[in-house]
Amino acid sequence: MSIVVIDALKQRFAGAILETHAQFGDDTAVVDPDKWFEISRFLRTDSRCAMNMFVDITAVDYPDREQRFEIVMHLRSLERGHRVRLKARIGDPFGEADDDDDDTVQIDSVTPIWQGANWFEREVFDMFGVVFRGHPDLRRILMYPEFKGFPLRKDYPANKIQPLIEFRKVQEKLPPFGPDEGMSFGRQTHEYHRDDPQMIEARAKKPKSKVLLAPSQQKAPASQQKAAVTQQKAPSTPQKES
Amino acid sequence: MEPLDQDLEEGELEMPADPMSLNLGPSHPAMHGTVRIVVELSGETITKADVQIGYLHRGFEKMCERGTWNQIYPYVDRLNYVSPMLNNVGFSLAVEKMLGVTVPERSQYYRVALGELARISDHLTCNGAMAMELGAFTPFLWNIRAREMIWDILEEETGARLTHSFGRVGGMAMPPSKYFKDMVRATLPRVLAVVLESEQLLLKNRIFLDRLENVGRISKEDALDFGWTGPCLRSTGVPYDVRRAHPYLVYDRLEFDVPVGSTGDNFDRFMCREEEIRQSIRILEQCMDQMPDEGPMNIDDPRVVLPEKEDVYTTIEATIQHFKIVMEGIKVPAGEVYSYTEAGNGELGFYLVSDGSGTPYRCRIRPPCFAITQCLDKLIVGAMIPDVVPTFGSMNMIGGECDH
Repeated sequence: MSIVVIDALKQRFAGAILETHAQFGDDTAVVDPDKWFEISRFLRTDSRCAMNMFVDITAVDYPDREQRFEIVMHLRSLERGHRVRLKARIGDPFGEADDDDDDTVQIDSVTPIWQGANWFEREVFDMFGVVFRGHPDLRRILMYPEFKGFPLRKDYPANKIQPLIEFRKVQEKLPPFGPDEGMSFGRQTHEYHRDDPQMIEARAKKPKSKVLLAPSQQKAPASQQKAAVTQQKAPSTPQKES
Repeated sequence: MEPLDQDLEEGELEMPADPMSLNLGPSHPAMHGTVRIVVELSGETITKADVQIGYLHRGFEKMCERGTWNQIYPYVDRLNYVSPMLNNVGFSLAVEKMLGVTVPERSQYYRVALGELARISDHLTCNGAMAMELGAFTPFLWNIRAREMIWDILEEETGARLTHSFGRVGGMAMPPSKYFKDMVRATLPRVLAVVLESEQLLLKNRIFLDRLENVGRISKEDALDFGWTGPCLRSTGVPYDVRRAHPYLVYDRLEFDVPVGSTGDNFDRFMCREEEIRQSIRILEQCMDQMPDEGPMNIDDPRVVLPEKEDVYTTIEATIQHFKIVMEGIKVPAGEVYSYTEAGNGELGFYLVSDGSGTPYRCRIRPPCFAITQCLDKLIVGAMIPDVVPTFGSMNMIGGECDH
């Protein structure tokens, strides 16, 4: 069925089709990675192909080959009902898994052609470290951002242990949000709130709350704090009005 | 943060001018599946959404590269843990496509029957959970009751309620039990009755309908563009069903309709699933009539199928064969294959690469709900927070499958 597609491809991009085969009935074309985007757009727009269903994009790692990675894309046409597999071999043998900043392996993104390629390409980037040029939002998807290495590469040991990561900094939030937002047990004063200006202010405003401060400490600090609070507040009022 | 017992006057509060960002999940009672959605709100309207998955990532594809072909079955069970039998069948078909073998007729019918039972339970769970998240608890219990009846059959057949690991390359682990057909025939009308009851509770409910209709709409073209398949794609009006478009097993001999929706909103997705339950029941009824009672379950190829246990203990040939299959694995010819079946959520694809040894070189799964979930942010932008719950529920995102 999809012989038509392969023939159309051969006609249009004679030099860029490196190899074709139909093993187990799946028609496959290995193409020049430089023409990856162009060929994809042709498959989508040409009326003989009309590949409007995006199926899958993935990669296979062959560390022994000269071109290490094979990007594999599967497409289907709804009207014509045919399928085709498109492959491109990229990467050099010395493109070692350098863990970070290994952007030697690159290919064009097909996200402008099929929006569905977005997450699939992110996954390939996450798992293999293949960089897709022109991808709108290329970041890790299944792994966390601090993950080191690319797990589906053949030289990534399966039993490798990842380093522990630091607690991420929570971005500044306005009250009533904070680090312990949403926790019922977090809605109380903790030790680390003692020096927090907001807490001091809150305590000053409501001296009758017995839980927060011992009675002996209450009076004197409260009045002092109140003065401080009014001083603080004063400059902020004109801002509000404006 | 100020204490709760503080009386704050509204005028003293500084209202933020920036859009409020809200974090839903990764573990949220109103969402099934571990997914995190970071939304930016303007009032109650979502202006920006970022869907983050990966909380259930277990390195399925890496694990597959370490064992033999048959050792992958427990892993595929845990991909879509609501309908594991469909994954079992899908993976079996992929390996068999590489080996170039076809299982006997009886086995094909058996696979279809078990697969359709799993599909019913998948759709029941999805629709029930979605109704529950919208506050309708009773239909959920009703659907689970029906699912329980199906799981009883599966338990009787496979020995496990959820993770069956029942498929094998070249056949099934066991032939159908003696009363398989009777059990299915007796259960189907009961399931149908329960489905009808739970449907009646929902389909005339104003609240339920208001929250589904015209919420989370997607056009036909967009759905295709995003790689949607299964009930979600059919709800937009595209009659694409792998069972119909590229028939496998014995689906070409069975009569069934492919239900399609018209608008592609949450309600259509819900109704497509409801109708597919009925169609699966139809398929099962025909299956029970056509399935032969006698005949082999597995292909007759000692290189692929384990010999009978009795022979293993009594003859040296079978012992050696057993040893070689278990220790070295099946020798699948070198090459690559992409095989696709219709799972509960859509086209479940397996892209396998073999180097001729007993271990897969690469085992790639194309999870249907991965493609569907990537569209979630587009659907909820412009909607309100309460719309996230039914939209996400109707997509039937399965964490195990989506996160590999």
